[in-house]
Amino acid sequence: MQVPAPFKYERASSVDEAIALLERHGEEARLIAGGQSLLPLMKLRFAEPEALVDINDLTELQRIWVADDQLHIGALVRHAELLDSAVIGEHYRILHDAERVIADPVVRNRGTIGGSLCHADPAEDLSAALAAIRGDIVIKSSDGERVLPVRELQTGPFETCLSPAEIVTEVRLPIRANTGSAYTKVERRAGDYAVAAAGAVVTLDGETISEIGLGLAAVGAPRLVAARAEDAVRGRTADEETIELAAQVAAEECQPPTDQRGPADYKRALAGELVKRAIRTAIARCRGQEA
Amino acid sequence: MQVTVNVNGEEYTREIEPRMLLVHFLRDELGLTGTHWGCDTSNCGVCVVQVDAVPVKSCTMLAAMASGHEVLTVEGLERDGELDPIQQGFMNEHGLQCGFCTPGMMLTARWFLDGNPHPSDIEIREAISGNLCRCTGYENIVRAVRWAADHPRVAETEEVAAS
Repeated sequence: MQVPAPFKYERASSVDEAIALLERHGEEARLIAGGQSLLPLMKLRFAEPEALVDINDLTELQRIWVADDQLHIGALVRHAELLDSAVIGEHYRILHDAERVIADPVVRNRGTIGGSLCHADPAEDLSAALAAIRGDIVIKSSDGERVLPVRELQTGPFETCLSPAEIVTEVRLPIRANTGSAYTKVERRAGDYAVAAAGAVVTLDGETISEIGLGLAAVGAPRLVAARAEDAVRGRTADEETIELAAQVAAEECQPPTDQRGPADYKRALAGELVKRAIRTAIARCRGQEA
Repeated sequence: MQVTVNVNGEEYTREIEPRMLLVHFLRDELGLTGTHWGCDTSNCGVCVVQVDAVPVKSCTMLAAMASGHEVLTVEGLERDGELDPIQQGFMNEHGLQCGFCTPGMMLTARWFLDGNPHPSDIEIREAISGNLCRCTGYENIVRAVRWAADHPRVAETEEVAAS
């Protein structure tokens, strides 16, 4: 029987109260929302927080809205809600692509957007997709609010730059014209972590790629992005030659581990192929060629 | 700590450790052993119950988090001595072999059909993709869900007709 180590349980009724509880219980306290990543770790005793602050009652963090040419996603929005959101699908198909292959429907009912980001799993699909979009996250503490690019959150596997008494409240995504996006993943079975996965967000100016974001999950890409590949193709014509170049550079940026999901060389080759597929679909969607 | 959980319409108050998982609260504190306990890693889905009408894996939720909320287990599917159509479907279509995955399958499927009363087979398969059947009896499970979709409760049909 897997049971977590003992901890104190607190329930917060507001963001300020959650921050106050984190401060009171010190750096061994953790926020818990969906618990779909933290509880399994606690059951295995890989994580042994001294206190849990339950934030499931902070319903003000559980909404999706558009304001100031940005999509706002509350940190407590469940994966299932992101997948069901029409406004998300309208602006960022990449998020619906990714959500369809994150865990399974029952886990998606519970797991939250903020939890996925803060868990900082290098194989987590939504983190890679949001990094491809170049979203920002809003972080609150008793010192006030700060905004951080999603790309700067993960400092290493399961490590973030968050301080112990900070809480992520929101993800903000820019709404861009002439932009298409897509996410592709290869998994061993339904609901599994990726063998490799790639997401692309492409903005076109005529036939030219004026901006591109490439996210990679599970293949050891620094901060889950292929930054050199983005630089290599930005400003180029959106054709097969450019897509090949992006895939080649992105594959070189990966440092995948050899494990039960496959050898490093295979994963690197797969990452390149998935980058190609993601960019092709993103471009097609940008041009309105695919429903 | 003290928790009060509404399970199948009845309030239960118990003194528990905060680390107690919902599956063990249901089985060991309340004696509701219809909720099964399988992989313990949120993969298999045999422990699925509904919390506030949404299926969750009860091995990956603290009982403390369910305090103040409504839980539906397999014991609560039957109403007024009549099986839920999903239960009847599993009987009629031989949707169970060993029966271990059945409660979780039924609670996931009940929720799924509530939101999607006329699903395709592909949609049924996707809906139960977080519930594993180690007998691999998926064909009959899909048929059981299909049977339930085709035979809604009479009251539900009337509600739909009235709306």
